[in-house]
Amino acid sequence: MTIKGKAYIAGIYEHPTRHAPDKSTAQLHAEVAKGAIEDAGLTKADIDGYFCAGDAPGGLWPMVDYLGLKVRHMDSTDTGGCSYLIHLGHAAEAIAAGKCSIALITLAGKPRTGPMPPRAAGAEVDFEAAYGATTHNAYGMCAMRHMHDYGTTSEQLAWIKVAASHHAQYNPHAMLKEVVTVEDVLNSPMISDPLHRMDCCVVTDGGGALIVTTPEIAKSLKKPLVRLIGHGEAMKGPRGGKELDLTYSAGVWSGPRAFEEAGVTPKDIKYASIYDSFTITVLMQLEDLGFCKKGEGGKFVADGNLISGVGKLPFNTDGGGLCSNHPVNRGGMTKIIEAVRQLRGEAHPKVQVPNCDLAVAHGTGGLLGVRHAASTCILERA
Amino acid sequence: MAEAKKLPVPQGNPETAPFWEAAKQGKFLIKRCTACGEPHYFPRSICPFCFSDKTEWEESSGEATIYTFSLMRKSPTGPYAIAYVTLKEGPSLQTNIVDCDMDKLKIGRKVKLVWKPTDGAPLPFFTPA
Repeated sequence: MTIKGKAYIAGIYEHPTRHAPDKSTAQLHAEVAKGAIEDAGLTKADIDGYFCAGDAPGGLWPMVDYLGLKVRHMDSTDTGGCSYLIHLGHAAEAIAAGKCSIALITLAGKPRTGPMPPRAAGAEVDFEAAYGATTHNAYGMCAMRHMHDYGTTSEQLAWIKVAASHHAQYNPHAMLKEVVTVEDVLNSPMISDPLHRMDCCVVTDGGGALIVTTPEIAKSLKKPLVRLIGHGEAMKGPRGGKELDLTYSAGVWSGPRAFEEAGVTPKDIKYASIYDSFTITVLMQLEDLGFCKKGEGGKFVADGNLISGVGKLPFNTDGGGLCSNHPVNRGGMTKIIEAVRQLRGEAHPKVQVPNCDLAVAHGTGGLLGVRHAASTCILERA
Repeated sequence: MAEAKKLPVPQGNPETAPFWEAAKQGKFLIKRCTACGEPHYFPRSICPFCFSDKTEWEESSGEATIYTFSLMRKSPTGPYAIAYVTLKEGPSLQTNIVDCDMDKLKIGRKVKLVWKPTDGAPLPFFTPA
């Protein structure tokens, strides 16, 4: 049993807003849902499956009701920023099993307008809550150890931001459109050692949505055909403190599962959407997915190797979370959307990868240095 | 001026109560599985490695080395150093390195346990040895 080729992404929509104080969160979910349904050329009545995560106010009950959906399959798996990559895989499973035929996945929220509700506590709360783990320092701890073990440098990390900024200059909706240099990144204030402000992603209001459907229905619609051919998911945490190693992510498990199912290797990939909550996130995930050996990510990303038209592996051609958009502090949705744009040939002409027929969208969710999930999707132009 | 950090009071539960009772006596406990021999932290009743229920409390030396750290330069309560330290007994755990010159912290540096009071049981922190 495989999901290879069993599900197509027929509709995508990224909300153009980056700041939405005048809208409700549920409203943003509805707007992105409407956008994706219209992109696919469908109507709301066609939707028979719905997927949302922790950003959806109240979860499935209020959202299905608010949107006015009538669904026969639903899933509220929440693994932070990579939830939507996991939803895509789960939607493909549901479609392959005949549990639904047209699935809607939504993400939306407003962290730039106001603080996000706190996450529910886990079994570790008494043993960790006092120490002030935040996104910044949890990723900072990974970067610190990666530098210690492999000699990775701040200059190498900076190249990731530089590449993202080269792409963002062509995205009219990007929050940060200015092209920056390695020196700019190194001269930006230190936030949590060794991560500078420009090693960090933006905080934006907004959202995105996907329509996932059967091969037959996708072929009856007007959009270029993009299908999921491999999916993997995994989780990693300190696990009782045994053999702690913060230099790799759960991508070391989700990646190989996805590539094996797809029957392709990292060498075959023409475009990569890699979750860029921080520069170190990208570097570790490229290693974990097998684009280079563990420890060689610094060399791999340097000298513009991630810039479309310049380097070997064009990444995050929308400007990514580092420059364009990071709705609800959850980057997985926009990773899928830009990968689909590339495979459709709908990316900005300045960053469109020629003959882009195979892409990966990959992300992590949670705190990389504490507990996180990872999910990998291999997408193909059909 | 940053406000002094108010530490959260450990809530405890039936599974972890012995840890917090020992903490009040200044003893830092980890768990060890007598089936597979592996120590772990934070404490569970069932071993996270072999899933045996034969886990026992064991007092840790409180001696550790810094596995990694990051200095949060700004926060409402001022700068702080978050870290993972690896205990002499094996398990690594999340903590803060306190009462030190944070700019001199290094991976591999030896640290030792120090308790910080809360309105309930104290919490374990580490400081350079």
